[in-house]
Amino acid sequence: MTATTTGAATPGGPTGPTGPAGPVSANEGRSSGAAFPRLLAMEWTKFRSVRSTVWSLLAFVVLALGLAALITALTVNSWDKADPDQKASWLRDPTGNILGSGFFLGQLAICVLGVMVITSEYSTGMIRASLLAVPRRTPMLAAKSVVFAVVTFVVTEIVSFGAFFIAAPILHSKVQVSLGDKGVLRALVGAGLYLTMLGLFAMAIGALIRHTAGAITGVIGFVLVLAPLAQLLPGSVGKHIHAYLPTEAGHLVAQSAPGPKDLLSAWQGYGVFALWTALLLVAAEWMLKRRDA
Amino acid sequence: MLSEGAAVIEVHDLSKRYGDKVAVDHLTFAVEPGHITGFLGPNGAGKSTTMRLILGLDRPQSGTATIDGVPYADLREPLRKVGALLEARAVHTGRSAYNHLWCLAQSQGLPRKRVDEALALVGLTEVARKRAGGFSLGMGQRLGIAAALLGDPQVLILDEPVNGLDPEGVLWIRNLMKSLAAAGKTIFVSSHLMSEMAQTADHLVVIGRGQLIADESVDAFIARSSERSVLVRTPQPAQLAKELERAAVPAQSDGSGEGEGAVTVATADDGALIVRGMEAAEIGEKAAAARVVLHELTPQRASLEEAFMELTRGSVEYHVGTDQHADGVPVQAQGTPPAAATDQTSESEVAE
Repeated sequence: MTATTTGAATPGGPTGPTGPAGPVSANEGRSSGAAFPRLLAMEWTKFRSVRSTVWSLLAFVVLALGLAALITALTVNSWDKADPDQKASWLRDPTGNILGSGFFLGQLAICVLGVMVITSEYSTGMIRASLLAVPRRTPMLAAKSVVFAVVTFVVTEIVSFGAFFIAAPILHSKVQVSLGDKGVLRALVGAGLYLTMLGLFAMAIGALIRHTAGAITGVIGFVLVLAPLAQLLPGSVGKHIHAYLPTEAGHLVAQSAPGPKDLLSAWQGYGVFALWTALLLVAAEWMLKRRDA
Repeated sequence: MLSEGAAVIEVHDLSKRYGDKVAVDHLTFAVEPGHITGFLGPNGAGKSTTMRLILGLDRPQSGTATIDGVPYADLREPLRKVGALLEARAVHTGRSAYNHLWCLAQSQGLPRKRVDEALALVGLTEVARKRAGGFSLGMGQRLGIAAALLGDPQVLILDEPVNGLDPEGVLWIRNLMKSLAAAGKTIFVSSHLMSEMAQTADHLVVIGRGQLIADESVDAFIARSSERSVLVRTPQPAQLAKELERAAVPAQSDGSGEGEGAVTVATADDGALIVRGMEAAEIGEKAAAARVVLHELTPQRASLEEAFMELTRGSVEYHVGTDQHADGVPVQAQGTPPAAATDQTSESEVAE
């Protein structure tokens, strides 16, 4: 395991700490024009070199694909006994139901990963090393967001299409759906967009709260419990509050056809979610700059 | 390159509060290149906070801290200029030592070669691919030092670097710091252990309760507080104390240590007197004039440790219960002498 890097083990020797610097231009004054790409490289190394990243993404893939297949199969099996509302929903929006089956729990792994990307720096003290290397906190948070968002987007898009191509054939005997149907492609791409935004949303909350357990509890409690519960709010005001909550608005983009009670269109909903996330990220950045590390 | 004598780290009127607690209180000092500057103070004196303020991790309420005239946060490639080892660990426990250093190197545009060199320098090459969470305290400290040296910086800020190191590691750190200082680097190293500083530092910045107590060479520091302390044994202690008091120029002893002319007389547990502010010869003459019998008259030489205790008395954040009467004992008061003096007393007893 260690063999790969030990090639140049003793060039400096223990006596001359200044020796190793020789050919390396470790002097200042070099152009730092490539500053942001460097930060991206740094954040990418950080991201890929801890186990929580791999485990969270693996959990997401297994949960999302497995549950999409399982719940679709169960739905098909009990199709004749299912209540009419449920059938109507699958008939209206088969893609959204397939994705929802897998992502309802799968999205928690993305939330956990989003939170951990920043809170693990605080819990381990790594944040101090990071800020010593990159004292400007806004670019650091930006680089972290970009790396996390790109990776999450790639993984969730693959899983989104994967879930569709696994579950659609299972569903075939009851509901026919293909990639070319209206809204399907948008929903599949939208699912990845939704989960990526959700990850950033969780990351912003992680940056604000700075404690892993607290931030994870907060995000998951909101996404799974509070936001859906808002449906029960009475009257038109309650309906609007629910419609504009971040995740409730955001997940509309992962539906191929709007539901009967949806107030916002798919992209309007995503815009609302993006706005919430942007606000939280700005707040996180503001706090990061002001708080002691 | 920097011209000789130009201050590298400059702290000006720096203050930091956490809630009601003042951690750093209008601190001003400068650290110069080419030697090791010890940053000394009791636990809780504000050393780590000061270093964190210099490094831009915390925001001061007032004042400035600069490195070559620039605040840390404005340095473009800070690790190439300043290497820092913080007291608290700053490593993700799940990441390997190699990847830890590599991500830091990437942020500064340093090549992979520097990572290998830094690992070799601190002797962690063998465990480079192991998770840092499994490292012992000493190995963790070495990894922190590798990170500090990664960019071959001109300035090193080390917070309690010998903590957790075995004797071999301590020696290694000392030699490392000395060779770096000899190479013209600026070394600012904190410790609460005077003895450690005595071995390494050339210059001292001493703080207590966030305030500057001393900023001078190690030699001057020792000389300042070891002068004019004399152990006196006499069967007539009360009479002698009175004589010495009368002889002394009246001075306001406000507990901040003895100024010129202030004489303090303290009584050790075994009845011996500890006289400060008067030479042994003078005490002998006064005693003779007053016809007081002397059994012993011994000038005391304080070690660096004692000098430190002496100067930081009254600024120690957490007093041990028995220590509370130790503050500057005014003339002829019957207080307990400071711990250091008691030690000396028992030593001289053994010597007798």
